[in-house]
Amino acid sequence: MWRFVGIRLLQAIPVILAVITVTFFLVRVAPGGPFDGEKAVVPEVKAALEAQYRLDLPLWQQYTAYLGDLAQGDLGPSFKYPGRSVNELIASGLPITAELGFYALLIAVLIGGLAGVIASLKPNTAQDYIPMSAAMIGICMPSFLLGPILLLVFGIYLEWLPVSGWGDLPGDKILPAITLGSTYAAYVARLSRAGMLEVLSQDYIRTARAKGLPEWQVVVRHALRGGMMPVVAFLGPAFAGVLSGSFVVETIFGIPGLGRFYVQAAFNRDYTMILGTTVFLSTLIVLFNLLSDILAAWMNPRLRQQFSKG
Amino acid sequence: MLTVENLSVSFVTRMGTTQAVDDVSFNVKSGEITAIIGESGSGKSVACYSLLGLVPQPPGRIDSGRALFEGTDLLQLGESDLRKIRGRDIAMVFQDPMTCLNPYMTIGKQLMEPLRLHGKVSHADARHRALELLQEVGIRDPGSTFDNFPHQFSGGMRQRVMVAMALINEPKLLIADEPTTALDVTIQAQILKLLAELQQRRNIGIIFISHDLSVVADIADQIVVMEQGRVVEHGNREAIFENASHPYTRKLLSAIPTGANPHTVEGGDTLIRVQNLHTWFTENRETVKAVDDVSFEIRRGEVLGLVGESGSGKSTIGRSILRLVPVTSGTVSFDGTNLTALSRSAMTSMRQRMQIIFQDPFASLNPRMTIFDTLAEPLLLHGIENRRSVAQAVLQLMDKVGLARQFARKYPHEFSGGQRQRIAIGRALATRPEFVVADEPVSALDVTIQAQILELLHELGREEGLTMLFISHDLAVVRQVADRIIVLHEGKIVEQAQAETLFQQPQESYTQQLLKSIPGRSIRT
Amino acid sequence: MHSESALTELQQAEPGSSLWRDAWQRLRQNKLAVFGLCLLTLFIVIALLTPWIAPYDYASQNLDLGASPPSAAHWLGTDVFGRDLLTQIMYGGRVSLAVGFIATSVALLIGVTWGAIAGFVGGRVDAVMMRMVDILYALPFMIFIVLLMVVFGRNLLLLFLAIGAVEWLTMARIMRGQVQTLRQQEFVEAAVSIGLSPGTIIRRHLVPNALGPIIVYTTLTIPSVMLLEAFLSFLGLGIQPPQTSWGLLISYGAETMEEYPWLLLFPGLALTLTLFSLNFLGDGLRDALDVRSARD
Repeated sequence: MWRFVGIRLLQAIPVILAVITVTFFLVRVAPGGPFDGEKAVVPEVKAALEAQYRLDLPLWQQYTAYLGDLAQGDLGPSFKYPGRSVNELIASGLPITAELGFYALLIAVLIGGLAGVIASLKPNTAQDYIPMSAAMIGICMPSFLLGPILLLVFGIYLEWLPVSGWGDLPGDKILPAITLGSTYAAYVARLSRAGMLEVLSQDYIRTARAKGLPEWQVVVRHALRGGMMPVVAFLGPAFAGVLSGSFVVETIFGIPGLGRFYVQAAFNRDYTMILGTTVFLSTLIVLFNLLSDILAAWMNPRLRQQFSKG
Repeated sequence: MLTVENLSVSFVTRMGTTQAVDDVSFNVKSGEITAIIGESGSGKSVACYSLLGLVPQPPGRIDSGRALFEGTDLLQLGESDLRKIRGRDIAMVFQDPMTCLNPYMTIGKQLMEPLRLHGKVSHADARHRALELLQEVGIRDPGSTFDNFPHQFSGGMRQRVMVAMALINEPKLLIADEPTTALDVTIQAQILKLLAELQQRRNIGIIFISHDLSVVADIADQIVVMEQGRVVEHGNREAIFENASHPYTRKLLSAIPTGANPHTVEGGDTLIRVQNLHTWFTENRETVKAVDDVSFEIRRGEVLGLVGESGSGKSTIGRSILRLVPVTSGTVSFDGTNLTALSRSAMTSMRQRMQIIFQDPFASLNPRMTIFDTLAEPLLLHGIENRRSVAQAVLQLMDKVGLARQFARKYPHEFSGGQRQRIAIGRALATRPEFVVADEPVSALDVTIQAQILELLHELGREEGLTMLFISHDLAVVRQVADRIIVLHEGKIVEQAQAETLFQQPQESYTQQLLKSIPGRSIRT
Repeated sequence: MHSESALTELQQAEPGSSLWRDAWQRLRQNKLAVFGLCLLTLFIVIALLTPWIAPYDYASQNLDLGASPPSAAHWLGTDVFGRDLLTQIMYGGRVSLAVGFIATSVALLIGVTWGAIAGFVGGRVDAVMMRMVDILYALPFMIFIVLLMVVFGRNLLLLFLAIGAVEWLTMARIMRGQVQTLRQQEFVEAAVSIGLSPGTIIRRHLVPNALGPIIVYTTLTIPSVMLLEAFLSFLGLGIQPPQTSWGLLISYGAETMEEYPWLLLFPGLALTLTLFSLNFLGDGLRDALDVRSARD
């Protein structure tokens, strides 16, 4: 197992390096310098600024210097917020985005998983159709549409819940978490239904029934593990989706998280901020993909053993 | 112990109602093995599963009947009462041990599960009992394999674990549904022996469901023969094997391959010469020596039988000769031409002289092509017929393999297994090849169909003076068709001899073991 | 017997029911899928005819009118500039559907070719090609697309390419899986043993049998591409004025939803209905063609 983890970690390194490189050069070749927008910058000031951001160096030296900074965990300064570093901005936004993402994934896995399992137990009956119709709505109702609608209904018309903020008013975390989690809950529901149906048709389920196990034990002890494998494999992509979904949800609900910073940085053309955040988020996603791969392998006895033997 | 009376089960779907089990009655005595025999779709499994409530309802529906098990009517019991009987009083063993054990749970846990479920047994006692039983079913060193997962066991070992799991609560009745069908012959013989021994020792009743009369010939006390949901005949073993009265039973009996090929031929000059053939594959960075230094010859006009268990490399040899798999080293020559050295275009023109018939008639036909297109394809490709004349040639080919002409425009899924195999044979013989590889051509078919297809192959072979490599795991079948036999084991040739010589005087111990494993020896002699 | 009479006999033989025909029969019995197909066709026809059937001129404003709720003159109301919302939605639909179909075609083309080559050639070529797909899979594409849009400006062509570039990966995996499974099928071996050339085998035996999963996955890819476009447009990183798309209309609608909720609801409804149609159709096709786990 550790060998497997080691191999996958080693494989992740070139991917992360590629992300850093591509992002760096993409941002550098972008048309228009970062200070072009400022009106009439005195040449000396401009030169000083450029020196500060190392823009006076040849491109490859900028690149190696940037890699050096990254190695020390320094993502560089922000262009637009002088005196603040990308690290600080991430540090202030990350806990919020992480909390939001955690709730969203929790909703996705718990509610989605439960709905899928329930649906799979009585396929093609109301018990199947109702949760699956809800899942279909979840898939066709993207967060940028669901968010405003929830906000309008529960925040403005009914006035049950706050319309924006994060941790300022009681209940202000509910709508964003639901908005962000619903699509993934819908996917998880479909995946777990399909996975459970597949497993429930296996011969070993018949064996379990022949032993005289009550149906709930057949499901919990024998079917659930295999049936949830597709969901585990989906956790990586779901994490990536939740992160990018936070761009929208944080914008809609005015949450000062990483996602909103990123969108603002994109509009401000705050290149170091974009570069730093992209590198940071990408690394996070690559690592989370890795984690979900490892979890999936660990849950499969055949794989687990293959790798522990070396 | 178990008396089933007038059991009828049907399946109700949107497509209509099908009567799967129709007014079936039989009884099972403790201390006896009752065999239920029938081909696919005979309702033999459904009849037994419905007793334990294991037929999903809907679509299943029990229409009528009684099933008295020690005085209780099983069909009247609710799910929770049935659960108490399942796995405690009546246990089951299924067909495919590869899929019937939970891959995510250790053998030990799965074994102890019924014990802990049905009685108040401590973990330590359950473990102790499980280990004892594993020992009894012939698992060596159960202590160290107790916490292993199913994939770490071979098929035969898994079936032993299944048997142990079924017996752990000392049931009074064991239902074994084709428990040896997925296993190699030698393993099959071991499991049959194990079941017979356990039944004797524990004095339990066994229902043995099978499609193959010869499998139960040595062990069954009572035999129930089913056809299309009905019991057509039942009686004790002697009555069935010696005095079968129903024509269907007789048909089943006559379908059992017995005896030798009635007209063996000597064969002419050498048509195919295989020299030092090696076919190796790389799987997960490990080299699998599927065929490992094999040399033999096939003479013109003879049928060479190639026999071996799974993993012996028998199919790979057939495919290597036809260059369907890349050969690692060695040569194959056909009528003096070295096939392994031929260019692809030269090989293409050779291909009309050599063909192959596969095992699975469901996989060997393109599901999106009509029978006509399938049969016309080789004829047009090799320029044997032109667009105008091909219709006539295909219809004649259909006559030859026994397919009605009006089916020409149908698709494979509209045919039964036996008919599909006829189509596949038609395709193989379309170009009038000199040599055909028949790779387990009947093992996916019901026994009565098997006999028909073997008959067809035999006739056509003689008519056309065909040279054939007949590959099979079933010695009895090979004996019936082959002139000469090669026995393979783990990629190497163990023994080769004239068919009857091999059966009468096997030289190698492996061959002797194989021959001993052929089921139904009591009826074949 | 003459070849003519054989032909006649053949023509008179009972025609079989091909798998395609069976699938079509099954699809026709699936009400949701049929509904999806009809609605989708309607939307596509409307999108194609928009320049001729749109009730108002796309760019014409009526600042005096401003935002007005649905009325006889403006069935779906008007936006803050007094532009007819129905017209806006019709023109936006052209862009949204075009992105969906074109980007999916890009993905289809690259993915199917890539996957078919990897699967058919096999061996080391396959290993290298699929390893590349694996690596690309691990990349956080969503973030890259945002980055691309920021760096190179909101370019429609780039959007097609970027979205297509993400979606082809799954397509390649599915195609390769199909080809690999099919290659091991005995009917393909039989085709080789008959002596057919690789080209004919691919065309006659592999492609028709691999088509089912590809059709299903394509149908399910279109909605996810449309979502991606709408997502980017909502953030202001996709389609730019003067062009519009459903995502952009939703974005405007969300800004003014307190006062003018119809500006959010109608574009949202258009997008959701289209996504429903495509997903219902995709699910229906999967059941009808008996494709297992094309996506979930």
